[in-house]
Amino acid sequence: MLTINNLHVAIDGKEILRGLNLNVNAGEVHAIMGPNGSGKSTLAQVLAGREGYQITAGSAYYMEQDLLAMTTEQRARDGVFLAFQYPVEIPGVSIALFLKTALNTIRKQRGLPELDAIDFLNLMRNKMQQLDMDESFLSRAVNDGFSGGEKKRNEILQMTVLEPKLLILDETDSGLDIDALKLVADSVNSMRNPNRAIILVTHYQRLLDYIVPDLVHVLLQGRIIKSGGAALARELEKHGYGWVEAESTSRQVA
Amino acid sequence: MSTQLESWRNMALEFVPHALAGHDVPRVLAARQSAFTRFAEHGFPTRREEEWKYTDVSAIGRRTSLAPDNIPPDPSFEAKLLAWSIASEGMHLMVFVNGHYDHTLSMTDHLPHDIRLTSLAYLLDDTSHFSEKFFDKKFIAHDFFDKKHEHTTFSALNNAFATDGAVLYLAPDMVLDVPIYLLFIASGRGAAIYPRNIIIAGENSRAKIIEHYIGTLDVHNFTNAMTQINIAAGAEIEHCKLLQEGPAATHIAGIHAEQATGSLFISHAFTLGGHLCRNDITTQLNGTNSHCELNGLYLMNERQHVDHHTRIDHIAPESSSQEHYRGVLDGSAHGVFNGKVVVHPRAVKTNAHQVNHNLLLSRQAEVDTKPQLEIFADDVQCTHGVTVGQLDEDSLFYLRSRGIDADLARSVLTYGFANDIIERVSVPYLRTRIEHLVLDRLPQGDQVKDLL
Repeated sequence: MLTINNLHVAIDGKEILRGLNLNVNAGEVHAIMGPNGSGKSTLAQVLAGREGYQITAGSAYYMEQDLLAMTTEQRARDGVFLAFQYPVEIPGVSIALFLKTALNTIRKQRGLPELDAIDFLNLMRNKMQQLDMDESFLSRAVNDGFSGGEKKRNEILQMTVLEPKLLILDETDSGLDIDALKLVADSVNSMRNPNRAIILVTHYQRLLDYIVPDLVHVLLQGRIIKSGGAALARELEKHGYGWVEAESTSRQVA
Repeated sequence: MSTQLESWRNMALEFVPHALAGHDVPRVLAARQSAFTRFAEHGFPTRREEEWKYTDVSAIGRRTSLAPDNIPPDPSFEAKLLAWSIASEGMHLMVFVNGHYDHTLSMTDHLPHDIRLTSLAYLLDDTSHFSEKFFDKKFIAHDFFDKKHEHTTFSALNNAFATDGAVLYLAPDMVLDVPIYLLFIASGRGAAIYPRNIIIAGENSRAKIIEHYIGTLDVHNFTNAMTQINIAAGAEIEHCKLLQEGPAATHIAGIHAEQATGSLFISHAFTLGGHLCRNDITTQLNGTNSHCELNGLYLMNERQHVDHHTRIDHIAPESSSQEHYRGVLDGSAHGVFNGKVVVHPRAVKTNAHQVNHNLLLSRQAEVDTKPQLEIFADDVQCTHGVTVGQLDEDSLFYLRSRGIDADLARSVLTYGFANDIIERVSVPYLRTRIEHLVLDRLPQGDQVKDLL
């Protein structure tokens, strides 16, 4: 579904990603872990189409299309979804308006009819119940005055409503208490299916207790330096990133 | 004295108020004539005057005629349709065409007894109407034409030329839930229009008043409007002005309130159309514990010019004011905001907050904004803030990352920015109407309208 080859990305002339390779197939859940400043969020942003980054080398293909040549909105309509680490506040625009606009655009792209007000409300009620969100959320302005946890839940709500093919969750676990974390994990797990791929970008292993990944990658200084199964995450939690780094350096020397 | 030929200087003063309402009432005639003298002494303001630094009104002085339009033409079908739709909403409606009351389009049958809503011309024309319970002679002669209402030279001109307008009197304790809608239609070719409204709210009374100016033709109409509002102790007035003049029209107006103890004045000014628009909105907080909220939204494009001058005088102690003005400027539009707050020496424990946010959607758009706080009392809380900026890149990315294309995303964000002011209006019908007017002006706004 997603193939990234030797991706080099810089911002303001400073190289953040330095030759990143990643292959994600439909049906898989990948976790990308790494310390602060390793380039995790840059990767998530670049995949979603954030402007302001310079792609200096490499390629990224999503469902046989040149992802990096697509506009942000084309990517979203074709099924790429980024759950933001820091969801943006949009005063004056209700969640209902925001999601209805997004959903109908995406449905149009998929050749589906637009939802009328009643169908939309029913859909929202159902999805919000799963996330233990009150219906009054719909009339609140997007993320405006939301707590950290509410913002993250709002991201997950959007994800479940828009039904993307490639989900990228950027530090979705941060700022969540344990109950909210379980709710979020349940929602993500319910999205798992053979036609969908999920990339979890996270600093901590905590989230991976609830969403068990097929593969774990360690991102360090803009490169994936180690990949493994779910057990790798637990090792990282125990020993920190230091030992992977040391291992990688010694390998390079050898 | 300027040597430039200015049409109004050639007007024979003694004929000026000829055939205007109240012409046969000596006091009214005299008041109009002295108002015109005051106007003529000063003439139109120039940009050398601080209050008119950014707004050039010299074109008004070059008009072929400033005399009020006396024979109103039939309003356009579009304007009539609007009047019918408002009446069908059940609101109390008074319609004025080029500054003259049109009773056939109006609907005031269902007003409660203790509310008097009358045409000003009706009161001025016949002295016997003065003696009615609500309007005494003293009020008409001394208050209406009083110099104290002349905040700008344009108000003096309005005093001289006022043709008609609404006079609303609310008896004490009268609470009116249904809004009063005053619709001013500008029609005809290049007319000069002088509406004058008077609102008197008795103690503990409450009402909502909508003042809507609409011009449907691309002609050089000139409207010089004035509304004076007197709010007695404990009374609450929500006033909403909706300005939707035609693309070549000039609109200069004043809204001037006076507030007694414990009163509330909420003013909304939505300026959405016109070539040159200026609103002077003032209130005097004369009584303790009085409160005012001045809200405004201006949305301009092309070469439109919009100027809001507000002034809040905190005179009594413990009064408070909140002011929220926002502007969206596209094309080569020019916006001006000047918000003056004066805290007088006696006005201790004043609470005054003012913000003005501006969104510039093009490189050519321009705004001059100036908060002006003058504080002469101790123990007060006053804040002000101003921003001028573009749409936020992070917000745009967020919307686009959900599949919303860039143009629509910009419109949604602009709508959100404007909505901060729109949602302050308490009348649902009006809120929806303004939302739609705003969205009509934005790319793909129709799409958003369908989703609301």
